[in-house]
Amino acid sequence: MSAAATQARLWYWQRISAMMLALFVVVHLATIVYAVRGGLSGAEILARTQDNWWVAAFYGAFVIACAVHVPIGLARIAEEWLGWSGRASNAGAVLIALALAVLGFRAVYAVVA
Amino acid sequence: MSESARIGAAGRRIAVRRNDSRARRHPAWWAFLAHRVSGIALAAFLPLHFWVLGQALRGEAALDSLLRFADQLLFKFGEWGLVVLLAIHLTGGLRLLVIEFLPWSGLRKNWIAATAGLGIAGGLAFALALIG
Repeated sequence: MSAAATQARLWYWQRISAMMLALFVVVHLATIVYAVRGGLSGAEILARTQDNWWVAAFYGAFVIACAVHVPIGLARIAEEWLGWSGRASNAGAVLIALALAVLGFRAVYAVVA
Repeated sequence: MSESARIGAAGRRIAVRRNDSRARRHPAWWAFLAHRVSGIALAAFLPLHFWVLGQALRGEAALDSLLRFADQLLFKFGEWGLVVLLAIHLTGGLRLLVIEFLPWSGLRKNWIAATAGLGIAGGLAFALALIG
């Protein structure tokens, strides 16, 4: 695949993930504002999340969208502000995507299972 | 910016754009900068956020001790800042989607105003919830 085709494909995935994230972030912000009233505790968080498969599905999808969206954005910044080559920035993006996916799914598993 | 993205690290042309102060005297440039800086900050925070939640694997007490550690004014201020940045990045991102996917209607400065407004509103809602 040519470099231009790769860029176009990454742009597409960046925008598709952004559309998903727009929805997720609105729900997440509302949840944050609701949840922090009166302080946060581990018991309070886990009571809401443990064995809740809606939470697992929602935040699982949230993690996937983050793991797509964040690395592509960082790769473009690395190219434009740090002068990285397209090849290097895309390789970095793959590593960041994998790290975010692993850490994110681990976090979802930790609070749901 | 899209052109500089296509040509990648071709330094000279990007440097000319960077030094053009006329481009910076424009709300859309500040909207671009706010979107980018908020994105970097959120990207830096995300692994930490996942790691803290992952502490629940070691039991409720482990998660609780981290939450108690974070229950300090400095951390609360940081959390407030992240909520504001998330609201800014959300609205700024919606503006980009509107510019790119809806019929062209200028740089959508109304969305730049909405970005600032929702950043403030999100910050106030979070601050009030913390107090309440």
